[in-house]
Amino acid sequence: MNVVVCVKQIPDPAGTMKLDQSSHNLVREGKLILDESDSYGVEMGLQLAEQAGGGEVTLVSMAPNSETSGLRTALAMGAARAILVSDPGLAGTDALGTAKVLAAAIKRAEPDLILTATESTDGYTGTIPAQIAELLGMPSVTFSKKVTISGDNVTVERQTEEGYEEVEVPLPAVLSVTAGVVEPRYPSFKGIMAAKGKPVDELKVTDLGIDGSAVGASGARQEVTAVTPAEARKAGEIVTDDGDGFQQIISYLERIKVI
Amino acid sequence: MDFDLSEPEQELAALCRDFAQREIAPVAAAAWEENRCPTEILEKMGKLGLLGLLVPPEWGGIGMTTVGFVAAMEALGVADQSVASAWQAHSTIGSLPLLLFGTDEQKERWLRPLAEGTALGAFGLTEPDAGSDARGIATRAVCRDGGWVVNGRKAFISNAGTDMSFGVTLLARTGEDDRGAPQYGSFVVERGTDGFTMGPKMKGIGWHGLDTRELYFDDVWVPDDHLVGDPDLGLGQFLKTLEVGRISIAALSISLTQAVLDLALGYAKERRQFGRAIADFQAIQFKLADIATELEAARWLTYRAAALRDAQRPFMKEAAMAKLKASRTAMWAASEAVQIHGGIGYMLETPVARFFCDAKVLEIGEGTNEIQHLVIARALGC
Ligand SMILES: Cc1cc2nc3c(=O)[nH]c(=O)nc-3n(C[C@H](O)[C@H](O)[C@H](O)COP(=O)(O)OP(=O)(O)OC[C@H]3O[C@@H](n4cnc5c(N)ncnc54)[C@H](O)[C@@H]3O)c2cc1C
Ligand SMILES: Cc1cc2nc3c(=O)[nH]c(=O)nc-3n(C[C@H](O)[C@H](O)[C@H](O)COP(=O)(O)OP(=O)(O)OC[C@H]3O[C@@H](n4cnc5c(N)ncnc54)[C@H](O)[C@@H]3O)c2cc1C
Repeated sequence: MNVVVCVKQIPDPAGTMKLDQSSHNLVREGKLILDESDSYGVEMGLQLAEQAGGGEVTLVSMAPNSETSGLRTALAMGAARAILVSDPGLAGTDALGTAKVLAAAIKRAEPDLILTATESTDGYTGTIPAQIAELLGMPSVTFSKKVTISGDNVTVERQTEEGYEEVEVPLPAVLSVTAGVVEPRYPSFKGIMAAKGKPVDELKVTDLGIDGSAVGASGARQEVTAVTPAEARKAGEIVTDDGDGFQQIISYLERIKVI
Repeated sequence: MDFDLSEPEQELAALCRDFAQREIAPVAAAAWEENRCPTEILEKMGKLGLLGLLVPPEWGGIGMTTVGFVAAMEALGVADQSVASAWQAHSTIGSLPLLLFGTDEQKERWLRPLAEGTALGAFGLTEPDAGSDARGIATRAVCRDGGWVVNGRKAFISNAGTDMSFGVTLLARTGEDDRGAPQYGSFVVERGTDGFTMGPKMKGIGWHGLDTRELYFDDVWVPDDHLVGDPDLGLGQFLKTLEVGRISIAALSISLTQAVLDLALGYAKERRQFGRAIADFQAIQFKLADIATELEAARWLTYRAAALRDAQRPFMKEAAMAKLKASRTAMWAASEAVQIHGGIGYMLETPVARFFCDAKVLEIGEGTNEIQHLVIARALGC
């Protein structure tokens, strides 16, 4: 069971994020870390490979400046190797361009299964998983909660608003994994030290046989035209309990559709 | 002279800092209140390789340097002293006798689970009538039926009574030499062995999360393969492991001092009296500057003792000095930090009060500070 997990390396969300004045893109200088959303995919990939009793997890990432810090974290968790696409020509790439790059890199690993998060923490368009599946001509299942491999098929419990639905598709397939459905393991000391020696293949756009004009700013069909500051958080609503407090809580939870 | 940590040491310290912040700090206050050893945290540390720090990989550990051990302790101890104290007792006196003096079979049987973090280690030396005077222990082990019969009582033994404890390695008198001087051996007594019982967890001024008890041995028979090392040289063996224990208590002390410095500095900048932050008063500034300076002095004595051990050079005197200096600094600094907090610092709800309570034992455990003075004076030639 060879699994590819797409992992995005992002600026530390605990720090302050900056947007480029002219392009409105996120400034990705300095150290990038593993997007926490992807730690669930890594954990699930490792569990599936362990359950299958063989095979390994390969990470695929596209990031600027040959960044590997986030990859090392995922390698320390137990992934075997990584493919990193880093190329100055990728500056300004949009989501579809990113999917093209990732799809080409994934092909090289010849996986049985591809996992991604449902959306990244910094870009969160949530479009990459379906785009990769389309480009690779594979089935796409989103919001996966529980994944079971049976022979040449994979059965997925898909999170829905009401509960879950069960979907079965043939392998290889692209699944996006819902955050929080598994508990990502903490990298152990041995894992951290071993990760330093694990192979990371760094590739350029030309290594992937992709036409340079299809990616980067020139290939981008998506453009950020304007950015406005997020609305300031409103003060909470205070409800006085006149004996019907629990009723009010229940109807509030129903209104926001969590129950 | 190189004051920097190596790459593995830095990685270890980062791992411990991260773990301490995420997993220990949030539950430290509750564990203290509950007066219980939080073994669920120790189990998690085991999975990360942190319970086999000083044990080489061939026996399930990570074979870290003593310097790395000190750095790890600094990272863990700022979050909580109880967990750090249980961890240090396990890592040094709880594991090292088996590593240094055990046979391969004994290491496989008892050391590996300790190093891999599935069991917690304990060492029993102290008795109701023998603490500083280790030679004065009365617990006896007598050769019988291809094994040894142990009778006696141990006091203040850490890590033997938790749900993760494997038992205890203890020191007992085995006989006398030609001149009538007592001889000592170390023995493993596993949990559940007939005749081995223990008292309730004792409640100290601090270290509420550390499980410390009295242990009772009533005609406890253990087979010959439970004898660790030489049947007559057990005392010397144990004193050797105590030397590392001293570095470990020194490291715990500097972590406490760092913790109370951070707390006092933060509070001094926040608390306003007479229309300004109390950190604006020179009297408070000087206290903080003194704590920071004494901390650095204690820190580098400790790292130097650790570096000497790693270089396989003598370090007994330096370890004693580090323990003496660092524990005194911790006790004094904790008191100053409480002073800077004023009344709120006296209340057990505040972390600084907890650290204050945790400080005293550092001057007592693993050889009292009077005994450290004796060791240093002897090394000077007195
Ligand atoms: C205008 C614009 C400019 C950009 N400029 C750059 C640039 O200069 N340099 C650059 O490197 N990127 C650039 N990007 C790409 C961008 O950083 C994202 O990788 C891409 O848009 C995916 O969008 P998202 O994060 O919303 O993905 P989502 O669809 O929200 O992501 C879902 C999941 O797909 C996977 N995934 C997404 N992106 C990656 C990735 N990069 N590597 C591995 N897995 C991934 C993860 O598992 C992720 O959780 C740019 C994007 C835009 C829109
Ligand atoms: C929380 C805690 C955990 C512990 N865990 C363990 C453990 O896991 N295993 C274990 O074996 N022990 C353990 N101990 C015991 C500890 O090591 C002893 O308490 C310590 O060595 C002191 O011995 P004592 O209490 O008998 O004091 P005593 O030896 O009776 O000392 C009393 C006082 O007399 C002083 N004194 C004694 N001799 C001299 C001298 N020659 N010159 C000058 N002054 C002297 C001492 O410094 C001290 O001030 C623990 C103790 C505590 C408090």
